[in-house]
Amino acid sequence: MAVNRNFRTCPSTGLVYHEPAEKLIRWNAVAGVVSLLVGGILALLVTLTRWPAVKLLPPDWFYLVLTAHGLDMLVFWIIFFEIAVLYFAASTLLKCRLATPKVAWVAFWLMIVGALMNNVAVFKGDSSVMFTSYVPMGAHPLFYLGLILFAVGALVACFVFFGTLVVGKAEKTYNGSIPLVTFGAVTAAIIAVFTIAAGAIILIPTFLWSVGLVSHIDSLMYRTVWWAFGHSSQQINVAAHVSVWYAIAAIVFGAKPMSEKVSRGAFVLYILFLQLASAHHLLADPGLTSNWKIFNTSYAMYLAVLASMVHGLTVPGAIEVAQREKGFNKGLFEWLRKAPWGNPSFSGMFMSLVGFGFLGGISGVMMGTEQLNLIIHNTIYVPGHFHATVVVGTTLAFMALTYFLIPTLFRRELMFPGMAKWQTYVYGLGMMGFSVFMMGAGTLGVPRRHWDMAFSGAALPHEFPGTAYLMMGLMAVSGILAVVGGAMYLLITVGSVFLGKKIQTPDFKRVPVREGMAPPPVPVAAVPAGHGKIGMGGFVAPGTFVLAMVFLTSFILYYFVNWKYLSTVWPLK
Amino acid sequence: MSAIQSPTERIWWKQPLDRVEGTWIVIAFVWCLVMFFMMPYWHIYGKQNLSNEAYRSTPEAFLAKAQAMVDKYTVRTVTEQNIPVVHPVPGSDVYLVARLWQFWPVLELEEGQTYRLHIMSTDWLHGFSLQPENINIQIHPGYEHVVTLTPTREGTYSLICNEYCGINHHTMASKLYVVKPKKG
Amino acid sequence: MSQVPTPNGPADDADPDDEPIPMMQSLIDNPFLLLFLGVAMPTVLYIVWGVMEIVGIPLAK
Repeated sequence: MAVNRNFRTCPSTGLVYHEPAEKLIRWNAVAGVVSLLVGGILALLVTLTRWPAVKLLPPDWFYLVLTAHGLDMLVFWIIFFEIAVLYFAASTLLKCRLATPKVAWVAFWLMIVGALMNNVAVFKGDSSVMFTSYVPMGAHPLFYLGLILFAVGALVACFVFFGTLVVGKAEKTYNGSIPLVTFGAVTAAIIAVFTIAAGAIILIPTFLWSVGLVSHIDSLMYRTVWWAFGHSSQQINVAAHVSVWYAIAAIVFGAKPMSEKVSRGAFVLYILFLQLASAHHLLADPGLTSNWKIFNTSYAMYLAVLASMVHGLTVPGAIEVAQREKGFNKGLFEWLRKAPWGNPSFSGMFMSLVGFGFLGGISGVMMGTEQLNLIIHNTIYVPGHFHATVVVGTTLAFMALTYFLIPTLFRRELMFPGMAKWQTYVYGLGMMGFSVFMMGAGTLGVPRRHWDMAFSGAALPHEFPGTAYLMMGLMAVSGILAVVGGAMYLLITVGSVFLGKKIQTPDFKRVPVREGMAPPPVPVAAVPAGHGKIGMGGFVAPGTFVLAMVFLTSFILYYFVNWKYLSTVWPLK
Repeated sequence: MSAIQSPTERIWWKQPLDRVEGTWIVIAFVWCLVMFFMMPYWHIYGKQNLSNEAYRSTPEAFLAKAQAMVDKYTVRTVTEQNIPVVHPVPGSDVYLVARLWQFWPVLELEEGQTYRLHIMSTDWLHGFSLQPENINIQIHPGYEHVVTLTPTREGTYSLICNEYCGINHHTMASKLYVVKPKKG
Repeated sequence: MSQVPTPNGPADDADPDDEPIPMMQSLIDNPFLLLFLGVAMPTVLYIVWGVMEIVGIPLAK
């Protein structure tokens, strides 16, 4: 069987696209964006229902829409886009043919069928069990079967990615080590394999239970194993969007990692420890001991938090070094002031980084502390936290990357470039406000996944303070702003991809293995030297260091404020 | 070269660390250790720790224990459904059933006294969310969780379910009364 | 190849390409070793340990 060895080189970026890989990256990205469109419409409905002054939907529709929103966003949008990122990081960045494109298409169609099946089950109305589908509340069998098919497809796609790494090494398309961004993609793929395996362990028996072949699924066992899937799937996002940060820093600034050792070491800490944080969800559950809870919730002594703090320094640090080397070396922040704030790839990436760290990161570590979780568990603080990580962090980073991909991958000019400049700000700021106000309402005790905070129809209702209602109103207004930003993104991307002006580039041509090999490396010192004479006081990136210290100070203050608050509630033991 | 290309140097592992990175790693690691040791520290010196005491149980067994307590300590009933309000002896075992879509019975506890509160669901997952204290615990069917708690201030508190449990989830709310201890 | 082979001799030790790759770098360069570790660690520490604790919960009196 002939192997397709057709490649093209993008004239403006120098990136190399393999013909089948290009098609697969496009289709996976498009499937992701379609899920985002559906999930975005549902997001508006959820927001308008939780706005106490509007309360748009009746309860049955609210829970249905919330279930579909969770699945379309957290699973289908993000994983389709991540598969596109994996293929890009392996095939394009290694200048290598994609291993087994046919199998990759099988994976794609499995994922499509799975996603459709799951959505059908939810919209039929008998599967409003939320993203988490906790037993013993049961959904239609198609609900679980759809998720299982999707997961199998994604697993196959991960192995196509690993296969491509093997091909690249065998055909010598690169010298030495893989690029850092590809290494980050390896991290995401490894976490994905664990995630999907855990999903299979729990969803297959649950599917059998839903068709009556298994009599009982233990609720605590379900929650424990399910979260190894549910939380780890969000850790794939962390690894993926950190890679996207490094990629955008490289694309926009030509930034080189400050140190390969430090950045790769941080990714290795993710591989080893990040998935343990699935325990965050079980801190308020009976039966699991504090030993298990403390060890797992802290990623074995916060080693994965350490890794995130390292990336949080090295990504802007790499940008700062690149900018200073270009001559923006004055003062602490000239490099940042003179950054291209009108380029949505950069502004989206930078807001993703800051929002993920300050809002998502700090709140996540706080509520992932065994005892502090008591004053947070299942309040609307939780979705506040993960909208800061998954939406401001991941979705915004992916949006930023899209602006780069449209010309080079889809070979179309960007439509509405003026709107694109604003889109990342509208979406980013809307989403940050949304997260912050949810967290505010959560500290006042407002529950998540709840149709009516006024408890209409309850015999003994609780009355929330006016501030809680105010927070929910502000949350909804920010949410609408974010929906507007999301609509702008969809308009720009869908418009550009289907109607944008075509960019004429040299077409695919066959490249034999020998010609595809990387040229012999230019002789340089084997061991890299340190950085030159930039920065101040021996620090190459002093501005970034100051920002990092601001972050740490906020982190410490917020962390201990919550301990103080905990110490005032009823003693428990 | 850049992060989207392979490292130019063969042996990147031996690149000397920039001072800014080294300093930050040390600071961040120290902070990670502080956060880690806060949890065991609070188990020893703090007063708010979730109990590890739990038992496997059945709805029948748990309901029987709750019924025995209700028979012994009911002081009045509330609402049209006549939900019993129980005022158990301080220090005793108190049972709270969570089910679709109510908490049963209503508890009346004494300020400053300590109780062994047993919570369990008899059907689906539910949430124990005590407002406005904002103490939140997961309730499982089949697992009896024993939490030792001490109400510190008198007043009328609310219990709300904060784990989605179906269409009437928003009606699953109850009260918890804390009163001054009776003198003598 | 562009590099001219040099005659054998002590001068060869100075060739940067001869320096062996440090062990840590070669471990990090091996995605399948990392895949094994990344799956084994959470499986043992989170799933197996957690499931054992759940199985060990005593029956109510």
